[in-house]
Amino acid sequence: MENSLYAAAEKVNPLVPHTAELIVGAVAFSLLFIVLRSRVVPMFEKAFTERTAAIQGGMERAEKAQLEAQRALAQYNDQLSTAREEAQKMREDARVQGTAIVEELRVKAQEEAARITAAAHASIESERQQAVTSLRSEVGALAVELASKIVGEALDDQARQSRIVDRFLDDLEKSAK
Amino acid sequence: MRSLFRLSGEGEGFVPPSSNDFELPPVFGDNAFTTKPIFLVFLSVILVSVFFLLSSRKAAVVPSKLQFAGESIYSFVRNDLGRDIIGHEFMRFVPYLFTLFTFVLTNNIFGIVPFLQFPTMSRVSFPYVLAVFTFVVFHYVGIRKQGIVKYLKDIMFMPGVPKPVYVLLTPIELATFFLVRPLTLSLRLFANMFAGHLLLLVFILGGEHLFQGVLGLKLISPFAFAFGIGLTFFEFMVQCLQAYIFTLLTALYIAGALADEH
Repeated sequence: MENSLYAAAEKVNPLVPHTAELIVGAVAFSLLFIVLRSRVVPMFEKAFTERTAAIQGGMERAEKAQLEAQRALAQYNDQLSTAREEAQKMREDARVQGTAIVEELRVKAQEEAARITAAAHASIESERQQAVTSLRSEVGALAVELASKIVGEALDDQARQSRIVDRFLDDLEKSAK
Repeated sequence: MRSLFRLSGEGEGFVPPSSNDFELPPVFGDNAFTTKPIFLVFLSVILVSVFFLLSSRKAAVVPSKLQFAGESIYSFVRNDLGRDIIGHEFMRFVPYLFTLFTFVLTNNIFGIVPFLQFPTMSRVSFPYVLAVFTFVVFHYVGIRKQGIVKYLKDIMFMPGVPKPVYVLLTPIELATFFLVRPLTLSLRLFANMFAGHLLLLVFILGGEHLFQGVLGLKLISPFAFAFGIGLTFFEFMVQCLQAYIFTLLTALYIAGALADEH
């Protein structure tokens, strides 16, 4: 064997194919091709398709959720501004109502005060009249008594007496004026 | 100094590895179907089939580690070699490209797998077979796509070239499509694997032989082994690269046959 290695003529040409190897190469490659094509490639493709679908589905879901959230936010903002407006209006109303109530109460109180004042005036007037009347009789009696004492002249006659008193009082009033 | 490097006194010289080292005898008797390369080819079919059947079995949306590994290789061939080069019709050719890549890659890597240590593609028969397959595939695709007349016309008379140039161009184009392409495709793969294995043999057998020599040679032998190990890593790169190139060129030829104008 070793001796033959030295002989260049016995060296094998590596470019010449062997029939057995050609056959085996073709068969083995074809076998592998059939296995990979029928079993492996479809499964990987299936995984890829499903993954793409899952990712796309996820993205769509996320987009939808975002839209939903945006709509909810807009709705809340809407509601919030409506509520603010309502509150503003209510405050305004309350202020107006309050003013009205105060005004009404003020008017009522004034009326009441006026009424009380008027009643007081009336009662004072009547009491004054009463006082004047009673004073007139009492002062008359006293004056007559005094005068009769001073003059010594009995003024028994009722009619005359009252005439005198009246005249006196009239004179008094006149001079007072 | 000279005596330090003298080979062992027996006079038995170093036999450099040659192409004969690739001629492995049948394991069983005289049967030519029982050589190591043939076993290795079948082993590669079994390994690749089992690996991808297992990794694609579940085809889950969220892949396991195994599925991810298988998918990575598959999607590399599918997207980088198929889709990006062939274009929208690529899916028809993915199984072929995928088989080609995994088959060549596995058989190449056998060259540095311990105990196997023989790149099957250094047997020229296998690259020949693969090149013939690719040759048939891309011509068949071109003829199916454009009709035999237009396909041959496009090859022989490249459009947009001044007429006198055809005298030169037509023989070149014909030779390119029917001779150079399959030959370069197979010989490139074969020669790389052959040369790589031969290099490893030189350094490792050489290192072994040096170790049997006198002291000075013994001291050199570790360097030869170290170089052999370094070259093993280099070989790994070449093995992957050659599998890639073979598949890439096949994809390019198919893309060319599918294109309206060459």
